[in-house]
Amino acid sequence: MSSQKRIAKEFAELSASPPDGISVELADEANIYEWKVCIDGPEGSPYQNGKFLVKLNMPTEYPFKPPTISFKTKIYHPNVTNDDKGSMCLGMLRADEWKPSSKITAVLQFARQLLEEPMPDDAVEGRIAEQYNNDRKRYEEVAREWTRRFAMADHFHNTARVKEVQFN
Amino acid sequence: MFPADFFALSDFGDDLDTGFSDDKDLLKQKRKPYEVEFKVLSPAEIEREQLVQVKEVSAILGLPPESAAILLRYGRWNKEKLIEGYMEHPEDLLEGAGLGTNFEGTAKTEVLDDFTCDICCDEGPGLETYAMRCGHRYCVDCYRQYLMQKIKEEGEAARIQCPGSNCNRIVDSKSLDLLVTDDLKGRYRELLMRTYVDDKDNLRWCPAPNCIYAADCGIKPRDLRRVVPTVRCACKYEFCFGCSLADHQPAPCALVKMWLQKCEDDSETANWISANTKECPKCQSTIEKNGGCNHMTCRKCKHEFCWMCMGLWSEHGTSWYNCNRFEERSGTDARGAQAKSRASLERYLHYYNRYANHEQSAKLDKDLYLKTEKKMTSLQSQSGLSWIEVQFLDTASQALQQCRQTLKWTYAFAFYLARNNLTAIFEDNQKDLEMAVESLSEMFEKPVADLAGLKVDILDKTAYCNKRRVILLSDTAENLKKGIFCYWESMKNLAGAMLMFQIGEWTFNVEW
Repeated sequence: MSSQKRIAKEFAELSASPPDGISVELADEANIYEWKVCIDGPEGSPYQNGKFLVKLNMPTEYPFKPPTISFKTKIYHPNVTNDDKGSMCLGMLRADEWKPSSKITAVLQFARQLLEEPMPDDAVEGRIAEQYNNDRKRYEEVAREWTRRFAMADHFHNTARVKEVQFN
Repeated sequence: MFPADFFALSDFGDDLDTGFSDDKDLLKQKRKPYEVEFKVLSPAEIEREQLVQVKEVSAILGLPPESAAILLRYGRWNKEKLIEGYMEHPEDLLEGAGLGTNFEGTAKTEVLDDFTCDICCDEGPGLETYAMRCGHRYCVDCYRQYLMQKIKEEGEAARIQCPGSNCNRIVDSKSLDLLVTDDLKGRYRELLMRTYVDDKDNLRWCPAPNCIYAADCGIKPRDLRRVVPTVRCACKYEFCFGCSLADHQPAPCALVKMWLQKCEDDSETANWISANTKECPKCQSTIEKNGGCNHMTCRKCKHEFCWMCMGLWSEHGTSWYNCNRFEERSGTDARGAQAKSRASLERYLHYYNRYANHEQSAKLDKDLYLKTEKKMTSLQSQSGLSWIEVQFLDTASQALQQCRQTLKWTYAFAFYLARNNLTAIFEDNQKDLEMAVESLSEMFEKPVADLAGLKVDILDKTAYCNKRRVILLSDTAENLKKGIFCYWESMKNLAGAMLMFQIGEWTFNVEW
């Protein structure tokens, strides 16, 4: 299968020299189609110091069909759905925009860039986009608060500790 | 859906001897006021039409035919505008169309030493590769897979780009012929033909199931307020060139659309459609919002607009919140309209019941025809009449169906008409036709034994029905053309709907 070779290569490259603030690992060593990605909240953004767990799924037809990404860590952001899916609306991940030569590293860097500069015009959470446009200060407060509550514990490996932190 | 014998039914009329002298001029006219000029094109003719234009533009601009084809599709087949644009800014136009300015070299696959395919990461030796003039080279297998996915799964043909990220070069038919299998080539040509017909304002596919023909008619969207352009396909199906619905003369498209929406208001489907879909403000295609953001791009015409306010996206900027306010306002509008519609419910039901009654009868078309056939056979054996002599029943049955179809739409039309003299005349015509139809219907259902004796009466009544129908349609068509009908309370909506058609036309004219 050609997709395996390509994914393995991309994974190797990303693991060897990951872009700023991004690290990847396989969710399950036996399955290269599902990655666990950790995105560090960009400095200067309300997500700073947060660690966001993002799941990246590659279809078997990859790279002819685009991957999907979803935030497993709750995040207050106009472009990420505020539900248990946490899906992100990225133009380049739409089936008709995706090109087989597009790379995962570009996708992840774009996703991180979006944390730094949300795109309220292409929002999936209209209310948050509205707040982002009209009341930036309040938006930043809430985003910072959510980052503190959901993205600062080491819940990658130990979700129990999240609860501890919250109880304290 | 429509058996062949059903279509045969409507195949009558023009050569009928009416037996009446008045209005004979009207009936003898070659083209009646409610008929429009059109022709029907077969797929081969459509393909030939495209080819002629491609060759012409290719010769004028000195471009390879496959590139000229891409250019024409980009310019929605508006040759004059395209050539003009090319003369002014050739580079911009070529770039915009996804062609680039380099036309050197021929399309061929190559085997290169030391090559790694960027898509599958396979590497030589002996790996067959392909690149378009943009130079983005991939192995033939990946290229093929990519094209297959686009054509087969996404149904894309005219706008398949180079597989390279950020490269907007369009894959031309020469590259495609070189790379894909024959069945995929066929599908590709089919899709291109579909885009061609979709792109051309004067072409429209026949909506009948499995029909392969398209109608060519010069009626513009802005004309639809004044004309109801019914065309008759080579498959014998009669449909409206304006909206692709089955023939709905004499009611104009916008009104038919409103009426149908109104009638279906209670059904789940209609609720779903109004809740989840809107029409593209440019080409009127129905669009479903399947999640994601408010920035919509119409798949068909690539028009970009805002889902909330339906305004141009380019004018939209970051004023996302404006749309929220708009939504609230339209919410109050909707509530007001609801109260109004409850008040006029009774009025509506009057028209709806009559409309539905004729529709019901139209749905029994097939039964009626089958019954007619049986009657004709038994009449032949009982009365000793020949097959030719019992044809009058077939003719009567056809007339009944066609007149009921027309009557059905007169009720939808009348629902929207304001009360005045013109409407009174319209309703008189309607009444005359309806009375004629009902009395013919009554005769038609008499026991077989009586039918032979009624032959002359039935023939007369059939001719009379047809004449009344022609008069009603001609009269209404002429008044529509003059634009003198006045519409009732929903007029505001109607004017809005009419305007939509016009906007569609305008934007197309000024775009690109």
